[in-house]
Amino acid sequence: MQSLQKITSKFIPLRIENVDTDQIIPARFLKATTKDGFGKNLFRDWRYENDDETKPKADFVLNQKQYTGAILVAAKNFGCGSSREHAAWSIQDYGFKVVVSSFFADIFKNNALNNGVLPVTVTDAFLQQIFAQGSDDTITVDLEKQTITIDKTGATETFDINAYKKTCMLNGYDDIDYLLSMKDVIEKFEETIK
Amino acid sequence: MGNTIFDKIWDKHVVKKIEDGPSVLYIDKHFIHEVTSPQAFSGIEKRGAKLFRPKQIVATADHNVPTLHQELPIADALSRFQVDTLIDNCKKNGIELYGLGHKYQGIVHVIGPELGITQPGMTIVCGDSHTSTHGAFGSVAFGIGTSEVEMVFASQCIMQTKPKAMRINIEGELHKGVVSKDIILYIIAKISASGATGYFVEYAGSAIRALSMEARMTICNMSIEMGARGGMIAPDQTTFNYMEGRLFAPKGAEWEAKLAQWKELYTDADAKFDMEININAQDIEPMITYGTNPGMGLSVTGKVPTLESITDPTEKQNFEKAMKYMGLTPGQTLLGMPVQHVFIGSCTNSRIEDFRLVASIIKGKQKDPNVKTLIVPGSQEVAKQIKAEGLDKIFEAAGIEIRQAGCSACLGMNEDKIPAGEYCISTSNRNFEGRQGAGARTMLVSPLTAAAALLTGKISDIRTMLN
Repeated sequence: MQSLQKITSKFIPLRIENVDTDQIIPARFLKATTKDGFGKNLFRDWRYENDDETKPKADFVLNQKQYTGAILVAAKNFGCGSSREHAAWSIQDYGFKVVVSSFFADIFKNNALNNGVLPVTVTDAFLQQIFAQGSDDTITVDLEKQTITIDKTGATETFDINAYKKTCMLNGYDDIDYLLSMKDVIEKFEETIK
Repeated sequence: MGNTIFDKIWDKHVVKKIEDGPSVLYIDKHFIHEVTSPQAFSGIEKRGAKLFRPKQIVATADHNVPTLHQELPIADALSRFQVDTLIDNCKKNGIELYGLGHKYQGIVHVIGPELGITQPGMTIVCGDSHTSTHGAFGSVAFGIGTSEVEMVFASQCIMQTKPKAMRINIEGELHKGVVSKDIILYIIAKISASGATGYFVEYAGSAIRALSMEARMTICNMSIEMGARGGMIAPDQTTFNYMEGRLFAPKGAEWEAKLAQWKELYTDADAKFDMEININAQDIEPMITYGTNPGMGLSVTGKVPTLESITDPTEKQNFEKAMKYMGLTPGQTLLGMPVQHVFIGSCTNSRIEDFRLVASIIKGKQKDPNVKTLIVPGSQEVAKQIKAEGLDKIFEAAGIEIRQAGCSACLGMNEDKIPAGEYCISTSNRNFEGRQGAGARTMLVSPLTAAAALLTGKISDIRTMLN
């Protein structure tokens, strides 16, 4: 897993609530047996007219050239719906390292963290402040300090992440290595519940 | 202070609690399917690790399978490769697979309970958000991502933070024509598509107690649609009656011993919940969704909200987007609107009782000639039962074909899709944009309301069609 410490970047504002994982990656792209290449189908049906890559929808933010960066900022309840980790893979493969929202669905949040994408939960008011920025303005997310800052205004908020997940993210550790190291403990535990 | 049923099961399965972090939670049963498992198998292989407890895993092929001609090789090359990959992975790792052609094949959340694999007190996971279905048996069951599937492969454990506790009490008797699907659609409409995020829900009350196991599964199934980590119902005599004699249910002395344990699975009278919601069953009418998330629902006789009724600007923008996608006008009535498709199926409503309900409405009648149908049993066992009870003859006489088991038009992975711009009355669980095919317009309902649309070709109030 890729580590993440601190990032300053322009951002892509997605002013849509309840973005579900079917929008992030439609089911017809779930036939793959690897994790690669999902980025090109991220938000596929919002990006293109009739599934045609030569016909980008001008009103969708990923198609608006002025918006770039490794931070996606979305309205509340981002990532609801299906547990498909393909949603996190497509966001990561597209190049996002951080997703900011005022509210995340649980499974998506775990999936993002397990793929080195940091979900940052901010207040509604702070989210609106970010949305009010221009396309050249940047945000800084500092995982060590657990802060998110709008660089132009200096407005800052702290965000929550548990200490374990924070350490994993900062160092690029993953849960599976940890669990593999726990095998003896798990075997002993199994004896107790038989 | 007492414990909730959720606490009792969760706490018993915690191998280790990490300070200011998640718990290592032991998993009793792991269901897998073709779509969310291949990357987990290759992940394990890349680490040079072995599956820790393959005997605690059960596999089936359901999401990406055709519902016609399952006896033939799958026509779509990518789908075929994905299903073949599951077969290879199960063979290589010694996992029991109920694949295409197997008599136990079906939607993972239908076969687990019907085979008696799902049992009270268990922790159950699957790489599918509707794993909450199994909570109907008093188990802690929830959907996980593929990284977590890999964790369970590696260690039979996952890392989870304990969710908050919510109880939803539904008291009283349901009106005629109102079924469990209406209860859950009503709850989600009331608390929104994110109203239970961060919580694990227990459903309780006399209206829940009165439900059959299959009806309880429908409710727990859609817990995720209000954001809940999972949903559960304490086991009772209804649960035990359903389970006794099932293929993998304990037998003889083991049954008696288990039964004694299962009877301890209830929420103590003095247990505390972080949130509690009370609902009067009499307030619930047949429900339908009008928008693009399951929280956008109303009574089938109701009116879509007006623009003026929504004050928050972002919410208003989203509502307008949903209206445009659905081809509806704010403030309009839905009753009498023509529909082009009816889908009866999915892990929410594809069990034998659902087919009995539909058959009871369409018996001796013809479907509306303009309605196209996708009628898909949840499993081979359900399909067999449909025949055994002669329900297939009722459907056939009504001009309706019954397909083979799978997830089908619930998620639009295979060829069972709804064309852009057309309306589908659907017993499934999600009305997201494009869920049933790009541009498809989904309206979620109960099997009874779906049966009404089968006959009339319109959104109809089933209550006017009952004797």
